[in-house]
Amino acid sequence: MAIAARKTKAGTPAKAAGKAPRTAAKGAAKGAAKAIPNVPTFTREEELHAYREMLLIRRFEEKAGQMYGMGLIGGFCHLYIGQEAVVVGMQMASKDGDQVITGYRDHGHMLACGMESRGVMAELTGRRGGYSHGKGGSMHMFSREKNFYGGHGIVGAQVSLGAGLGFANWYRQDGRVALAYFGDGAANQGQVYESFNMAQLWKLPVVFVIENNRYAMGTSVNRASAQTDFSKRGVSFGIPGEQVDGMDVRAVREAASRAIEHARTGKGPYILEMQTYRYRGHSMSDPAKYRSKDEVQRMREEHDPIEQVRARLTREHKLGEDELKAIDAKVREIVNDAAEFATHDPEPDPSELYTDILLEPAQA
Amino acid sequence: MPIDILMPALSPTMEQGKLAKWLKAEGDAIKAGDIIAEIETDKATMEVEAVDEGVLAKILVADGTENVAVNTPIAVIAADGEDISAAASGGGKAQTAPQAAESAPPAAVGEAPRAAPAPKAESAAAAPPQPKAYDASSEFPAGAEIVSMTVREALRDAMAEEMRRDADVFVMGEEVAEYQGAYKVTQGLLQEFGARRVIDTPITEHGFAGVGVGAALTGLKPIVEFMTFNFAMQAIDQIINSAAKTLYMSGGQMGCPIVFRGPNGAAARVAAQHSHDYAAWYSNVPGLKVVMPYSASDAKGLLKSAIRDPNPVIFLENEILYGRSFDVPKGDDFTIPIGKAKVVRPGSDVTIVSFGIGMTYALGAAEALAKEGIEAEVIDLRTIRPMDIETVVASVQKTNRCVAVEEGFPQSGVTAEIGMRIMEAAFDWLDAPVARVTGKDVPMPYAANLEKLALPNIGEVVAAAKAVCYR
Repeated sequence: MAIAARKTKAGTPAKAAGKAPRTAAKGAAKGAAKAIPNVPTFTREEELHAYREMLLIRRFEEKAGQMYGMGLIGGFCHLYIGQEAVVVGMQMASKDGDQVITGYRDHGHMLACGMESRGVMAELTGRRGGYSHGKGGSMHMFSREKNFYGGHGIVGAQVSLGAGLGFANWYRQDGRVALAYFGDGAANQGQVYESFNMAQLWKLPVVFVIENNRYAMGTSVNRASAQTDFSKRGVSFGIPGEQVDGMDVRAVREAASRAIEHARTGKGPYILEMQTYRYRGHSMSDPAKYRSKDEVQRMREEHDPIEQVRARLTREHKLGEDELKAIDAKVREIVNDAAEFATHDPEPDPSELYTDILLEPAQA
Repeated sequence: MPIDILMPALSPTMEQGKLAKWLKAEGDAIKAGDIIAEIETDKATMEVEAVDEGVLAKILVADGTENVAVNTPIAVIAADGEDISAAASGGGKAQTAPQAAESAPPAAVGEAPRAAPAPKAESAAAAPPQPKAYDASSEFPAGAEIVSMTVREALRDAMAEEMRRDADVFVMGEEVAEYQGAYKVTQGLLQEFGARRVIDTPITEHGFAGVGVGAALTGLKPIVEFMTFNFAMQAIDQIINSAAKTLYMSGGQMGCPIVFRGPNGAAARVAAQHSHDYAAWYSNVPGLKVVMPYSASDAKGLLKSAIRDPNPVIFLENEILYGRSFDVPKGDDFTIPIGKAKVVRPGSDVTIVSFGIGMTYALGAAEALAKEGIEAEVIDLRTIRPMDIETVVASVQKTNRCVAVEEGFPQSGVTAEIGMRIMEAAFDWLDAPVARVTGKDVPMPYAANLEKLALPNIGEVVAAAKAVCYR
């Protein structure tokens, strides 16, 4: 019964939670060719940008999955395949200097923040050229330069930390906004609400992005959450929220712009529930038996974030097959280069075992 | 170039599995992301997705084959435009298997954790360097005016001075601002520095510890006050998993300059949930510094160092000590280095080492012992991590006897660590086993008589010192 119920809800992600997103039109994903009112439009350049960025994440993650299968990547490896439109749309609305923090499904966020494929992949393989010199792995990478603050493995911890990034912006009055990403599973952690409370109390410039991919590991939203409309999770604190079709990069960018503007202008935090879907298991070792193959297949065929953009590029912007293939080839080249680098880069020097534990205090 | 598809691993420990089913047939076109086969182990079933595009030229391992080793070629894909039959017969490009670089971690030898890589063979054979006691005699600046001050005032002055010195320093916690501090340690700070730098938080330890750590990752220097460290248990995940580990996990990119401070350990008659001494807990964690001062001058000098330190520092105070007065030198430049113990009372017969409020028992016992003709050398550890074991060992080499004292629980306690470190570094110098005096192995009781029994006392330290002196 549960499976049947889930199947019936597998239509548009916006509908699944019982409420249409404020801006994204129903069925937008399916009818990529039709111009639907209320769905924001992208210019050709914007579509191309989104396509490239999302495709890079998709191909990168596919390669990571393959390298995991070959034993080159160890431990946990959580892939972002299916959710690409969320982080790409958010980044299209953010400004240089805005910070990003997320949980352990973080490769896509790093690439979208502009971190190098080589450094990310080499961290996955535990090599010295990785962003954390091989000491962090898939779940723990950071880039001060790109304002990416991790990469956190304790579910929900990044929400308080993200509020802290917002606090720092508030303290410094520097006009930056922090984007704190977490999943539908993390949304049930207590510290999330402690953070909501403080963020609204102090009007911190932070946007809470809930990536609702419907499953917290193997537990569906309905089995774990009394309130499955995550955009309402801030209601008791007076934090505005909205549900967004997280499979449509245009809808994401549109909502992100509103949320970021709200935070940047001193009005406090904002909640975006991104209704999205992960195609793969929770991690590489998850056979994903808790959902039907039909459900996954339908999401892939009808709502794929990349296919939507590809279809619009072809139909509306008259991009030729050759041009699309050239983009694909270019992306594949970046990913193959990263994989090659990550395969042959040496492991960290044994002396690295005892470095980076404490910083030396400056001499007074 | 044809490409081999290799048998994937479902998990890091998988060595072989069953090729349950092919979902594509020879000759089928394959796109990246297509599910081409299912594999099984005794634990799980999983789908194999194609990463490369082309045509499935040949299936090398048939449906239902058991015990297929990981990384065995199971099929060959011919890329667009390639000759399928040639690909099928010729086999694919050999995909290189992971090359596990031959490297072993440096052997953990004696002092390794602090001294980085393992010593070379020849130096390991040589005599260890003579431990050198830290000389605390010149910590008070020459000619500085000395004033009497409570620990509470010393802590407040340390924060105020550092906040004047550095605009990135701020204080947050419950009742730190308008209430002037639950224990009045932050008295006057709101008036001088304003509400942006002295921030009353809701009662939300887990949340505000995380907010503090997040702010510190950007380079701000928060002082997070816990009303007591008992309540920091709500926040310990952020302290350990976020504050202590991020520098290492980021390969040195992201430091966390934060101070967590507040009263720790037993006060008086507040029972089990408000009396826990957490020194041993935090001292277990690499990536943290742990400071536990006794005197007002150490409280001030060490808190100033902690605020300036680029690492997360756990600063353990004691409610009973807040009101005690000590000599403190005047002046904004006075600091005490973290990680250095202090010989508080010289002696030749037995070394008594303690820290924090444990020092009251250590010093009281030394006085009592002197009346019986035993001269105890008393060392205040001051910092629990990194531990200045050299100063302790130098003393033990002189006295050949040691008693370690703490209010915390005995098992896996700080005194247990001290005993072990002395055994590692000075076993041959000992004339008696190291003794310890600790809080009793029970949750703190409320009743006055039981509480007294649960805590260490001077008599116990005296008895332990006499025992190691065989008197």
